[in-house]
Amino acid sequence: MSILGKLSINAFPHDVITLGGAIMMIVAILIGIFYVTYTKRWHWLWSEWITTTDHKKIGVMYIFVSIVMGLRGFADVLLMRVQQATSVGSSHGILSANHFQQIFSAHGVIMIFFVAMGFLFGIINLVLPLQIGSRDVAFPFLNATSFWLFSAGMVLMNASLIIGNFTYAGWLSYPPLSELKYSPGVGVDYWIWSLQVAGLGSLLSGINFLVTIIKLRCKGMTLMRMPLFTWSVFGTMVLVILAFPILTVTLALLYLDRTVGTHFFTASGGGNMMMYVNLIWSWGHPEVYILVLPSFGIFSEVVSVFSRKRLFGYRSMVWAIWAIVVLSFIVWLHHFFTMGAGSNVNAFFGMMTMIIAVPTGVKIFNWLFTMFGGRIKFNASMIYFLGFIFLFTLGGVAGVMMAVPAIDYQLHNSLFLVAHFHTMIVSGVLFGDFIGIMYWFPKIFGFKLIDFYGRVAAYLWIIGFIVAFGPLYILGFMGATRRLDHYPAYTGWQSLFIVAGIGVGIIAIALVFQFLQLIISYIKKNENFDTTGDPWDGRTLEWSTSSPPPHFNYAILPEVESRDAFWEEKQRTDKNVQDKKYEDIPVVKNTPLAMYIGAMACIFGFCAVWHIWWLLALSLLTIIVLIMIRTTDEETEYVIPASEVAEIDKKVQWKV
Amino acid sequence: MESVNTQIQQVPKYDKTDDTIVFGFWVYLMTDCVLFAALFAVYAVLHNNTFGGPDGAQIFSPSYVLVETIALLTSSFTCGIGLISAYNMQKNRVIGWFSVTFLLGLSFVVMEVAEFSHLIHSGDSFKRSAFLSSYFTLVGTHGLHVTVGLIGMLILIIRIYTKGLTKASVRRLTLLSLFWHFLDIIWIFIFTIVYMLGFS
Amino acid sequence: MKKKIRFIVITLLILFILIVGAIMLLHGKNIEVLNPKGVIAQKEMGLIITVCLLISIVVVPLFVLTIYTAYKYREENTSAKYLPEWDSDPILEIIWWAIPASIILVLSIIVWHTSYTLNYYRPINSKVTPVTIQVVSLDWKWLFIYPKERIASVNFIEIPKNTPIDFDLTSDSVMNAFWVPNLAGQIMTMPGMITQLHILAYDDGIYHGLSSNISGAGFAGMRFAVQVSSSKNFNRWVKSTQKSGNILTMQSYKQLEKPSSYNPKKLYSLKDDSLFNSIVMKYLIPSTEKIFMLSDSKG
Repeated sequence: MSILGKLSINAFPHDVITLGGAIMMIVAILIGIFYVTYTKRWHWLWSEWITTTDHKKIGVMYIFVSIVMGLRGFADVLLMRVQQATSVGSSHGILSANHFQQIFSAHGVIMIFFVAMGFLFGIINLVLPLQIGSRDVAFPFLNATSFWLFSAGMVLMNASLIIGNFTYAGWLSYPPLSELKYSPGVGVDYWIWSLQVAGLGSLLSGINFLVTIIKLRCKGMTLMRMPLFTWSVFGTMVLVILAFPILTVTLALLYLDRTVGTHFFTASGGGNMMMYVNLIWSWGHPEVYILVLPSFGIFSEVVSVFSRKRLFGYRSMVWAIWAIVVLSFIVWLHHFFTMGAGSNVNAFFGMMTMIIAVPTGVKIFNWLFTMFGGRIKFNASMIYFLGFIFLFTLGGVAGVMMAVPAIDYQLHNSLFLVAHFHTMIVSGVLFGDFIGIMYWFPKIFGFKLIDFYGRVAAYLWIIGFIVAFGPLYILGFMGATRRLDHYPAYTGWQSLFIVAGIGVGIIAIALVFQFLQLIISYIKKNENFDTTGDPWDGRTLEWSTSSPPPHFNYAILPEVESRDAFWEEKQRTDKNVQDKKYEDIPVVKNTPLAMYIGAMACIFGFCAVWHIWWLLALSLLTIIVLIMIRTTDEETEYVIPASEVAEIDKKVQWKV
Repeated sequence: MESVNTQIQQVPKYDKTDDTIVFGFWVYLMTDCVLFAALFAVYAVLHNNTFGGPDGAQIFSPSYVLVETIALLTSSFTCGIGLISAYNMQKNRVIGWFSVTFLLGLSFVVMEVAEFSHLIHSGDSFKRSAFLSSYFTLVGTHGLHVTVGLIGMLILIIRIYTKGLTKASVRRLTLLSLFWHFLDIIWIFIFTIVYMLGFS
Repeated sequence: MKKKIRFIVITLLILFILIVGAIMLLHGKNIEVLNPKGVIAQKEMGLIITVCLLISIVVVPLFVLTIYTAYKYREENTSAKYLPEWDSDPILEIIWWAIPASIILVLSIIVWHTSYTLNYYRPINSKVTPVTIQVVSLDWKWLFIYPKERIASVNFIEIPKNTPIDFDLTSDSVMNAFWVPNLAGQIMTMPGMITQLHILAYDDGIYHGLSSNISGAGFAGMRFAVQVSSSKNFNRWVKSTQKSGNILTMQSYKQLEKPSSYNPKKLYSLKDDSLFNSIVMKYLIPSTEKIFMLSDSKG
């Protein structure tokens, strides 16, 4: 075997579309490099962002990566829609079958791991420590490492576009199709390692935020006084901790099958491919709730603030979260009712699946009654929220239908299923993320986004979504299965596929408006400065500090006596102004080590894909050394003296 | 494990960050627990799929595994004594007891590697059947954890030898011994589920 | 501006509904799941309708209430009662825990019941002797074996009307799923395993079947036709197929097994009775040379 393992000149793309994609990506990177060099921002980039351990900046970087990845995922959508609208009868469209399959696999992986998960951890990073009145997360360095591992997975995933190829077995790559015999290329290995590296990042984040919530809440914030967003993140992190190790194991076993010839999931040799499907979904189903729970938290915050009313049924909401957390672990089999399990098994999992609809329904009713008797401000966030209620409920109806095994036999793996989970994820997760970003944007950047463009985007998103996915529900009933790169003319599917394509076009316009919102708000930011730190008349602690908050978040750690602590504080008339007692604040120093670990993990993954064993060992050794350097470093923190804290705080006060 | 937590409070200059770190480490151990649970589940599904190859009773040697087990369990005991010495700030005892722990752990790993290489050379490698694949992976993952623990232990011993017992090194010893006891518990499960049920 | 947006939104939605409605009218018969031609598919459609109706007990009031609340309590409407502190009501909360829960309870009973009655493995009650068809999914085509009739076919099945059909399904490559939307729900095929499906078609015609589980490059071409005809025509077809020149044995199967896509219909006369069995078994026992090598190395 050569020194570069399986890597050779043949790994580079040959066909026009891949080449075009690869060139576009390289050009984009070059433009980025040129821009940074031209504006002389390398130093700024390095010292302010790359080496940072500040949770707010890490959150911003997560969201930046997610937006970029979202664009790539959306480019995949455009290609898929064009292919399915044109590849009918004698025409085979613009893509080869193999290429089309890589594209939908990449679309799924990107959207779940590098967009939805990225937005989620981004928003959690931005908000959570502020919301519980803490100065940082429990382990700031670990937090930075998580981000760089997430980025390393992202880079690996995108490297597959330029060097080699990606899996064509779908976003969960079931064996035996993903076994070496049927997928001899590096595609599946890229898939395994980008998820493995990014998944490790998610797992470490899970540990970090769970500890943060349990240990770093400010004085007086008992569990039942936590804001709902914090509660939902709490539930999510429990899910992350219990689910992600299963993913790690599953991917590792598949890699062993492919690389050293074990027989875990092979058809022969005593392997059991059904075990893979069970394992991957016992991670995969909780993963769905990992994505959606934080969004539920965001909805809870936003609905309450924009209805200017307390959240209805707080206790119910908390119980609903935990009911969902528990139930999400005992429903995984509903992803493969059609595998032919016994009646008892199918019936049990069908029933459990439907039971999840109850706590979810309770949450929706509670939001509705939060609005009831309020003064609802219909800005972009609330339009998204109403869109969410309608779409999510309809998607939920589709979900309950498919929870009945006998109905699932007819609808499984059809476009009905595709439409169902897109409804859940777009309205439940993505709309929530959009709301979260608009809502907390002024907190982080100090100015508000212009609502008009947001409203237009929200309407276009909802309409575009209905036009894009309505046809898919019908196509499912017409017997259209997912992942088809071609279909005969007699099926009569083409007109609906074209309508779906138009829907995607509308969503594209919505995206344009979202970018316009960001750009124009930035240009006109002088008109929209948030000088109070509380632009929405908020209820929770994060609005009590300045926008943007100082590095240490709170000059004096808050104390709370109730739910909606900041709101109650504002309502009080007997404000006793005391002298502020500032204290020294220890802050974790910036360090490039986290980024180095991420870079090494990326090289490690790349070598595992291409079987470059010597470099793999070297990168692993480097990671060990880097961790050693970090753990033996006794001076990772510096102290901001009380006098300086007071000065910073006064500046903020003066601005107000 | 309760005792460990109460002992932490005897550490000089106890502060809240230590508590957070130890708690974080507990949460990490929980994720590792899930990881092993998944591997045990895989083993449970595949342990009868010998595909014409040998089953457990044919390849496991009870006495050999018993020696391995005793080595690891004893190392857990010495590790505990070492930690108590650390709380009492007895540097030389700490180095002594952890060196014993290290040697016991090392002999465990060496024995396991020898067993694996014996199996591979006699044709019963992980490629042979799904049963052997799952056996090698489950036991091997535990062995890998022990190896990581050994590397950490070695680094800590050297640091304590050169720089003495500091607050940070006592904390790291606490984490290490938590990890070590955890691996012991996993091994007891492996011993029971893989070996004992394999013999019968 | 706001009114303009609202106007555009509503026009677009109405336009969309009209377009989709027109398409659905034009393609009515293409909506296969809702046009069942077999008893199983018919029951499954009935189930879909029942479930939809049951859920609408919650969903319709929810939607009405949402629109009402959103409209009445908008910021501009200052005449609506403002209740900023109203944050819980035990009775209301019990209602929306209990009503969905009781609907789910009813649905659960339906789930339990239909999991048994519509189970893949449950044979269909009928006085007519069933026809057995063995199905093998290959890269990337379907092989159908009629063991009793001693014939086989690729990407085509003919079945007699009002006769129960017993399918035994396996795969000789990766996972696939066998689906004829007009006749019954899908079932997966896996190498080394046999799954079952029982159907009964009650209407003449040609129906379309396909694979619904991604299986590689030729996946989209894994379509097959199902011809449902009278038993007289079926028997005639069987006779003519038995006499067709193509012969299927293990040897010709090895040719057929090689990856190929968009295969046209092809008929065979079956000369190897144990073909299906050996396809399944080849994944379950080690090949003989391997056993020999191992016993040798162990000495």
